[in-house]
Amino acid sequence: METYIQIIANGLMLGALYACIAVGFSLVWGVLNVINMLHGSFIVLGGYLAFFAWAQLGVSPFVMLFVVAAALFLLGFLIQYGAINRVVSKPVLLTLTLTFGLDLILYNFMNVVFEATPRRITLDLGSLGIGEVMLPYDRLLAMLLALAMTGILYWVLRSSRIGRAIVAVRMDRDAAALMGIRVNKVYAITFGISAMMAGACGALMAVVYPITTNTTGLLLGKAFTICVIGGLGSVPGALVGGLALGLIESFAGTWLGAQYAILIGSLLMLTLLMVRPTGLIGKRGYE
Amino acid sequence: MSHLLEVRNLSKSFGGLQATKDVSFTLEEGEIVGLIGPNGAGKTTLVNLITGVLSPSAGSIVFRGRDVSRQRPWQAARSGLARTFQIVQPFPQMTVLENVAAGALFAGAASSRAQAEREAMEHLEFVGLADQALRPATALTLPSRKRLELAKSLAMKPKLLLLDEVNAGLNTAEIDKALALMRTIAARGITILLIEHLMKVVTSLSTRVLVLHHGELISQGAPQAVLEDPKVVEAYLGSKFAARLAAQAQETGVEHV
Amino acid sequence: MSTSAKLPARRGLRPAHFVFLAWALLLAAMPFLADNYFVRLATFVAMYSALALSWNFIGGYTGYPSFATAAFVGLGSYTGAVLQNAGAPMVVAWVCATLFTGLVAALIGAAILRMKGHYFAVGSITLIEVLHQVASLWSSVTGGGEGLNVPILAGGPDFAGRVFLYAMLVTMLLVWAVTLWVDRSKLGFGLRCISQNEDAADMVGIQVNRYKTAAFTLSALFCGTVGAIYASWVSYISPSDAFSVLLTLKVPAMAMLGGLGTVYGPIVGAAAFVLMEETIWAHFLDYNQAILGVVIVLLILFLPGGFLKIDYRRLWRRPLPVRPAASVTAGGEKGDKAEKAAAPLATFAREGRS
Repeated sequence: METYIQIIANGLMLGALYACIAVGFSLVWGVLNVINMLHGSFIVLGGYLAFFAWAQLGVSPFVMLFVVAAALFLLGFLIQYGAINRVVSKPVLLTLTLTFGLDLILYNFMNVVFEATPRRITLDLGSLGIGEVMLPYDRLLAMLLALAMTGILYWVLRSSRIGRAIVAVRMDRDAAALMGIRVNKVYAITFGISAMMAGACGALMAVVYPITTNTTGLLLGKAFTICVIGGLGSVPGALVGGLALGLIESFAGTWLGAQYAILIGSLLMLTLLMVRPTGLIGKRGYE
Repeated sequence: MSHLLEVRNLSKSFGGLQATKDVSFTLEEGEIVGLIGPNGAGKTTLVNLITGVLSPSAGSIVFRGRDVSRQRPWQAARSGLARTFQIVQPFPQMTVLENVAAGALFAGAASSRAQAEREAMEHLEFVGLADQALRPATALTLPSRKRLELAKSLAMKPKLLLLDEVNAGLNTAEIDKALALMRTIAARGITILLIEHLMKVVTSLSTRVLVLHHGELISQGAPQAVLEDPKVVEAYLGSKFAARLAAQAQETGVEHV
Repeated sequence: MSTSAKLPARRGLRPAHFVFLAWALLLAAMPFLADNYFVRLATFVAMYSALALSWNFIGGYTGYPSFATAAFVGLGSYTGAVLQNAGAPMVVAWVCATLFTGLVAALIGAAILRMKGHYFAVGSITLIEVLHQVASLWSSVTGGGEGLNVPILAGGPDFAGRVFLYAMLVTMLLVWAVTLWVDRSKLGFGLRCISQNEDAADMVGIQVNRYKTAAFTLSALFCGTVGAIYASWVSYISPSDAFSVLLTLKVPAMAMLGGLGTVYGPIVGAAAFVLMEETIWAHFLDYNQAILGVVIVLLILFLPGGFLKIDYRRLWRRPLPVRPAASVTAGGEKGDKAEKAAAPLATFAREGRS
């Protein structure tokens, strides 16, 4: 019984981080109708920044989180404003290839500057033990912060001025433009928020897992999967999808062996896509 | 005796919304039949059901003696059912000629691309677009696009042509041209189901009229009789305007019959 | 009849065909003209031309953003390698790999092509990941993460170099011939209809699913051949090498560079790309991917229609009052600079489908 609770607890801790990964990706896909191939690299970049600040300057990753978030917001904003906005309404082939190309540049840059060596922030905060279930404090903290950030984003989208503008653009770009919303700017802010979430989440992940450039594709794949499970452009959807994927991977890893986790995730996603060609909870019209 | 098209107890619901309810009617070869009804009456749904875009929830469609209730749009196109769209749907980056040739090649009788283009040219001449043949479809004006749709449908060598609001957005002169065109098409032996808002078009062309309201067929028969049917009047205008419409229908009837 | 005069002339033999055949001949003559470095380069040109032409069936003609190229190249290379290790003669292994890849693509295509747009793109990328994982985990057959050795072709490096060059060239010519056929056939016409308006294509009687599956299968078939030949050529394959995400991006980029949905666009794009790769990137090994990235970004932002989609004829013909449709091929206006740069390619442009 304890083992099951442990598996579930691991799955939920993982899932909270996954939700945080996917929420920004889902936002960009849903609002801009763009698949952002840079997303995995944003996460890894955030992780590296947090790692080096911790290793060389002794800054706690939980503080660095905010610096990373600000830096990645700016990076994301500029990328969208300078490049992606120019093709944002073009077919998938163009937008996807463009972000793919941008990702190669960022990825290459990270490989040269940070090298591909796996880096991990080891905080050794000990564990919270409930019965035989062990909850390491660093993971627990990462999970809570990830959930908090997701919650804040949800609140921002629902209640703030810019949040309403983003939702309006998502629903009907042309109508929003007619209402005086500057669509390109909203796009850039949306993309910035997405990069910000990715970077902050990367900083949290560095506390739990080793960060390496080799995982950019993997993280991107997880974001895909979560979006397919949870649907596009909605924060609760990403949360549900993220937690679901965390649990699935946790159980699959325990029963079948960790090496099958990726295969299971990919197959799950392909199956879901085939059963529901437009995504499980996804809306039609966001193709 | 067999009908060209027989629709039996056709129903379609989307979730809780009943778009067509228990609709039955027949079309005979060579007829021009008008299908009218207020906005949201289920006219386009009915066309979508007949052409295989939607599958019926209940009921059946028999076309030329064959049950076609479950056929896909491409099968419908090949079996002799052609339609035009309320919102014109061309292949935007192809020429006008290629657009029409697609109909001739895939649903019509053309055996090669060359022959399809030859046939397409004839249809374009027929609708008066021959001089625009090599322009991109997107370069056409709205009335021309409607004619392009018509040419494309004709190239499909239909037995039954479903015209969904071909006259919407046209001015009076253009409508007169379209009317003449439709008469010629009918004279070629093509049965026409005409979905229309404009009473003038319906009354002057159709031999019979079907009226849909809230997805139900509330009346059918000769145009004059149908337009005087109190149920129809009420569906369109509410009982208040019944008298006025009756008078109007009388007038149009005198003009055109 | 009066109408026939207005019809566009049917295509006859075009100068572009001769330019292409001369190019193929030049590649074939490489062993007699230059050293092994150039033979290797010519092999790569032929290989990428074959891949870009293959991708063009689904990505260009049909307009489906497929990123599955690496999946099929990888599948072909593993199939070929496993068969060769089981004792099959090299050419037999190549042919079997081709057919097997085509078969798998046909089966997968029937399912995956139900998705559209972004979902299809994501699904096609996931396909690579799935096959990659299978290759890594199924070690009894694939050698797992350690990879698989393939018997080295006897007869020395010069001989082997020629064999693989000609094998790739034959593959390229095969795909080219199929492309020519598709371009003129009912199939190609139907695919173009689908790419522009799938619902309307369905309505005019095109069996959309069958057409798309055919295009997807064609796009995979020769990837299988190329993969198998490649495995024999380099005589060692590993999962991350065979299912390379980089390859899956490069190939569509090549086709776009030349021009989507044209016969010669992918060939021009592949040649330009490989030569660029060799002349520029080789000097900046550490920045290889970044430079590829920059090229792709510039391509998408400034030349989204590719060299061959620039309407060279517009220079002396009255422009049509057309608003360019928001689509892949709307690359007209920004091409002025590129028009001059690409002037020698104008011969090819006439083969463009516009």
